[in-house]
Amino acid sequence: MRRFDPRVVLVLARKEFWDRLRNKWIVAVAGIFTAFALVIAYFGTAQGGAVGFHGMDVTITSLVSLVIYLVPLIALMLGYDAVVGERERGSLDLLLSQPISRLELLLGKYLGLAAALAISTVAGFGLVGVVLSYGVGLPALARYGGFVLSTLALGCAFLSLAVLLSVKAANRVTASGMAIASWFLLVLVYDLVLLGLMVATSGQRYADVFPALLLLNPADVFRILNVYAMEEMRALYGLATAMPDALANPWLLGAVMLAWIVVPLALAYRSFRTP
Amino acid sequence: MNESVIDVRGVRKRYGEVLAVDDVSFGVSAGRLYGLIGHNGAGKSTLIKLMLGLLAPDAGSITILGEPVLGPRFREVRRRIGYLPENVSLYDNLSGAETLRFYADMKAVDPRGCAALLERLELSHAAYRPVRTYSKGMRQRLGFAQALLGDPRVLFLDEPTSGLDPEGIREFYRLLQSLKQDGVTVLLSSHNLAQLQDRVDGLALIRGGRLQAAGTVQQLREALDLPVRIHAAWHPHLNGSPQDLLSGFGGCTIDTREDGECTITCSQRDKVGVLSALLAAEHAPRDLRVQEPSLEDVFLGYCTVPEQVDNAQV
Repeated sequence: MRRFDPRVVLVLARKEFWDRLRNKWIVAVAGIFTAFALVIAYFGTAQGGAVGFHGMDVTITSLVSLVIYLVPLIALMLGYDAVVGERERGSLDLLLSQPISRLELLLGKYLGLAAALAISTVAGFGLVGVVLSYGVGLPALARYGGFVLSTLALGCAFLSLAVLLSVKAANRVTASGMAIASWFLLVLVYDLVLLGLMVATSGQRYADVFPALLLLNPADVFRILNVYAMEEMRALYGLATAMPDALANPWLLGAVMLAWIVVPLALAYRSFRTP
Repeated sequence: MNESVIDVRGVRKRYGEVLAVDDVSFGVSAGRLYGLIGHNGAGKSTLIKLMLGLLAPDAGSITILGEPVLGPRFREVRRRIGYLPENVSLYDNLSGAETLRFYADMKAVDPRGCAALLERLELSHAAYRPVRTYSKGMRQRLGFAQALLGDPRVLFLDEPTSGLDPEGIREFYRLLQSLKQDGVTVLLSSHNLAQLQDRVDGLALIRGGRLQAAGTVQQLREALDLPVRIHAAWHPHLNGSPQDLLSGFGGCTIDTREDGECTITCSQRDKVGVLSALLAAEHAPRDLRVQEPSLEDVFLGYCTVPEQVDNAQV
């Protein structure tokens, strides 16, 4: 049996993490998150004619709109290079000649990058959370904590997708193209197409299928996770109101998100495992 | 015969339509320095990658230190292997010391040995500089230091001297000699045949993915029966034409220059006889130089021969 060696996974993960810390990636992304989150928390309701902090639910809803664009893009940019970059630069062979299995190599890469993403996310949104925590109750803070956690899960899902693309792509240019195309499809086009279909069929024909289709997109799962729980916010989101309660169960949504993290990684391993 | 440390049997590897390695078998015993030569694209690097388990063969088997390289004990095997890839690519953002530390951690080797390795490869002065500031030769030396982490028993070196200056090359082979004395088995591929010919214990010549020839340099020479050139010079006042002396040797050709020096070309078989005849003559030459066919001559000779060998052991 080829027993699994967590030590080498950690060695590689540590290197990936330190690389991102050293080249200021982590600080830069945390800074972007902090700045955007603060601006949104304060000016998010400006369209309504007022600025200032207007409660946790409004803030989270505004942040969701930001995160849903920004985090998948950042995660894809972080991960697309993971394997194909090493292959193209010629360092992959040397890495593979070490006492490391291909599964350990993929996991080490993934965990190191995920840790970098996690630190940026928690630091960036956590700082804002501390600012917002002034004068709000524990339930509101718990909801904010849930938002940060789901942001992390969203990032990990797209990072997983990025690693899959990185294993499949023949070169870095292709991998980055595929990453941008994935972002475009899942974040921008998917909802539009669904909405278009729904409107075109007057909401009749595929009413049962739509909610299930939403679960096929991690960005939508993230949106539903955060918005569905809040009564007053559902009205703002046409698509989310189409969700039957059964499908909006946070455990189910959490499981779907977990699948979005695990399945692309498993596919990446399947493609990468044969020497 | 010793058991092979590197044992390659009937290995075949195909990339799509191209048969990159075709039924190659050879073995290398412990403590030998073995050379892999061949044209660009002949299959040398593919063969090295197969031996390291970076590629899986379509047919055949490879064992290193008695273990299948892709077997369940691959980790133990790889801890005892050092590899220097062709045009080694290291992480530009890490320093030399950090690079070694990373690979030492990978191999679970005591990192305290890194400083000594940097010293040995004359990189101590640049240990804390990022690798992106290194010259090609320094990168190559750092790559070699990486290969030596954990006192490997087998070294696979793909074009190890590219980028090194003549002094660096000499130092590199000196280091290889001392490793060899410690029983380390070295397999290296190179284009530089002049560097290899007096240093390797054995050679495999790869051509079009097949093992064209294998053996010691002298065995390869003899097998091809390439002619030997003997340069002879006489004192100017002596009439030193060796025509009559060598009339008994059928295949000899003699090319006499105006200054009296001549070049005798004869077969390996006649070499000793010709030399004896020259020395026994009444007017023996004042100087003699025997020029054996170089490894380059052997290489070019084999590139025109259609045969191949099936098995080789050095």
